[in-house]
Amino acid sequence: MSAAPRVKDAGLAALIALALAFPLIGFETSDAGVGFSTRFSWVAIAAAVVFAGRLLFGLVPRRFHLHQFGVRKTAIPQGKLVKLASAALIVFAVLLPVTPFASRRSIDLGTLALIYVILGWGLNVVVGLAGLLDLGYVAFYAVGAYTFALAAQWYHVSFWEMLPLSGMTAATAGILLGIPVLRLRGDYLAIVTLGFGEIVRIVLNNWTAVTGGPNGIGDIPRPSVFGMPIAAGAPAGVTTFNHFFGIAYDPIQRLIWLYYVALAVALAINWFSLRVRRLPIGRAWEALREDEIACRALGLNPTTTKLSAFAIGAMTGGFAGALFAARAGFISPESFNFQESATVLSIVVLGGMGSQLGVALAAVILATLPEFGREFAQYRMLIFGAAMVAIMIWRPRGIFTIRAPSVRLDRI
Amino acid sequence: MTRQPLLAVENLSMRFGGVIAVDDLSFTAYRGEITAIIGPNGAGKTTVFNCLTGFYRPTGGTLVLTQDGLHFRLERLKGYRIARHAGVARTFQNVRLFAGMTVLENLVVAQHVALTRASGYNIGGLLGLKSHREAERAAIARAREWLDLIDLRERADEDAGNLPYGAQRRLEIVRAMCTGPRLLCVDEPAAGLNPRESAELGRFLVMIRDRFGVGILLIEHDMSVVMGISDHVIVLNYGKKVADASPSEVRRDPAVIKAYLGEEEE
Repeated sequence: MSAAPRVKDAGLAALIALALAFPLIGFETSDAGVGFSTRFSWVAIAAAVVFAGRLLFGLVPRRFHLHQFGVRKTAIPQGKLVKLASAALIVFAVLLPVTPFASRRSIDLGTLALIYVILGWGLNVVVGLAGLLDLGYVAFYAVGAYTFALAAQWYHVSFWEMLPLSGMTAATAGILLGIPVLRLRGDYLAIVTLGFGEIVRIVLNNWTAVTGGPNGIGDIPRPSVFGMPIAAGAPAGVTTFNHFFGIAYDPIQRLIWLYYVALAVALAINWFSLRVRRLPIGRAWEALREDEIACRALGLNPTTTKLSAFAIGAMTGGFAGALFAARAGFISPESFNFQESATVLSIVVLGGMGSQLGVALAAVILATLPEFGREFAQYRMLIFGAAMVAIMIWRPRGIFTIRAPSVRLDRI
Repeated sequence: MTRQPLLAVENLSMRFGGVIAVDDLSFTAYRGEITAIIGPNGAGKTTVFNCLTGFYRPTGGTLVLTQDGLHFRLERLKGYRIARHAGVARTFQNVRLFAGMTVLENLVVAQHVALTRASGYNIGGLLGLKSHREAERAAIARAREWLDLIDLRERADEDAGNLPYGAQRRLEIVRAMCTGPRLLCVDEPAAGLNPRESAELGRFLVMIRDRFGVGILLIEHDMSVVMGISDHVIVLNYGKKVADASPSEVRRDPAVIKAYLGEEEE
C-alpha cells in the first residue's frame, strides 16, 4: 500500500474510535453521580492514538516474523516446540510452590489458573473438537460446585467422595441439555446454551430453600490429605496431617495441597483428553465438526456423538466446579454468570481450537492477567483489550494452530 | 452367472408439497453391476439417492436391499442406520470430505463402526487394550491399501482439504468403500474433472465393481463415462422412468432422445 490509502485507512479507524469514544470516554459522572462533566480532550487523544496505531500497524508486516527483528528462526519444528513447551510448563507447574515466586497469593492464583485450564480443556472438547458452540458452559461449572457444596452441607461428605460425583452430576446435566438441542447448529445452538446457562444461575439464585439463594453456601470443606485434614488442631479421634508428619501448621500448606490436587486433576484430564482424541469417539467428534451430513452417510450416529461430547465437556466442568468450591470455601450464584462462560470460550478460541497447550497457555494468561494488572486496576480492561487485539492481529487462529493428526501412516 | 438382485425399488415416489420429484419409480440394481441413473437436470436423480440413503423419507413405495439372505427395508431405516446396518454408502455431488482432518483420518473415520466395537465402545481403547490397538492397525492397513489404489499414499498425512479436486473426488469414493458397503451410490463423480481424469475415474469404478463385487449406483452427466462403464442405464425425466436398458439400447431409444433434446418439429 502506498501512503495515501494508508492514511485514509488510519483516518477511518480514527473516525470509528471517535464515534465509540464520544459516549464512552467523553462524559464523566460527577457530583456523586448526579451530574456529569465532559472531557472531550480524552476523546481526541483516543482518536489520535488509534490513528497512529493503525498507521504504524500498516508498516509492520502482516505476519509477525521474529527473524525480522534479529531473532534467528529456530530450527525446531512446531510439533517439537509444542512438546518442549508442554514439558517446561508441567515442570514449572510442579515446582511452583518451591520457587521464589511461591507466596500465598501466587499459589492461590496458580490454583485459580489451573481451574481455568481444566475448564478450557473441558470446553475444548465441545467447541474445539465437536464444533458445538456452547455459550452456557458455566452451567456445568455451577452444577459441579453446587453438587459438592450441597452434599457437604447436608451429608458432610468429603471432597474426595464428591469429586467424582460432581463430575457425574455435571455430565448428567450435559446430557439433559444435549437432548433438546441435538437438532440445533451454530448460532441457534449458541443461543439455547446461553439460555441454559442463565436458567441454572437464576434457579440457584431463587431456589432459596435448597441453595441458599444469593447468600450462597459457606463452610465448604477443604480436601484432606488421604483422610487427614491440614489443621492446627483437630477434634478427638482425628489425626491431622501436621500431627502425623510432625510438621508445624502453616495456613499456606492448605493452599499448596489444593494447588497440587488441582494440578493432579488437570494432568489427569489432559491425559484423558489426549487419549480420547485418538479413540474412535474423538475422531467422530472432529468428523462431526467438519461435516455432519458426511458423518451420517458413513454410519456414524450423530446423537451419541454429540451427547458424548456434551457429557465429557460437562463432566470436566463439574470437576472444575468442585475444585472451585473447595478453593473458595464459599460459593454463590454470582460466581457463575455469563462473564465466566465468555472467559472460558475466549480461552478456547485464543488458545487455538483443539490445541491442549494453546488452551492451557491462554487459560493461564487470562486467569492471571487481571491479578497482575491489579496495581493498575484502572487500566486492567485496557490491557486486556490490547492483548486481545494483539492476538487477533498476529495469531488470528489462536496461539497454537497446528493440529496433530490422531493417526499417522508412518507410525506402523 | 445369473444376476443377483441387490436393490429393488418399487413404486418409489417423493413429493415436496405440490412438486413431485420422483413419481412411481421402480427398478432393480444388481450385485456386481454398475447401474447408471441419468436424466436432464431436475429429473429427480439425487432425490432417489437421498431416499436410498435416509436423507429423505419417501412419500411412498418400498426400497428393499437383499444380500446373503438378509433383507433391509431402507425406507423404514432411519438416517445413519442405513449406512451402518444395510451397508449403503454414498458420495456427494459437492464433495463432502472432512477437510480439516488428514486423508488417512478420513478413511479411519469411515471404519468407525468396526473400530468402536473393537475398542470395547472406546473403554478398552481408553485403557489401551490390545484389541483396540490391533483393530486400529488393521484399519490403517486397510486405508493404506486403498490409498495405494488411488496414488495418495504419499499424501496420507496431509489435510484432505488441501488435495486437488480430482484427488478429493477419488478419496470420497474410497472413504465410502472403507465402510465396507454392499451398495455404493456415487453422485456425479466426474463433475469438474477433465476428460483424462474422467476416464481414469471410470476405470476405477469398474475396478471396484469387479474386485469387491459391490453394486454401484451411478449418477453422471458425462455420457462417455456412463456409456463406457455401465451395465445398465435408467433414464429419468420429470421423476418418471423413461428407459431402463443396456447403454447401447438406451442410446437409440427415441424416448430418451426426446427427454434430452426435445421433440423434433414436423
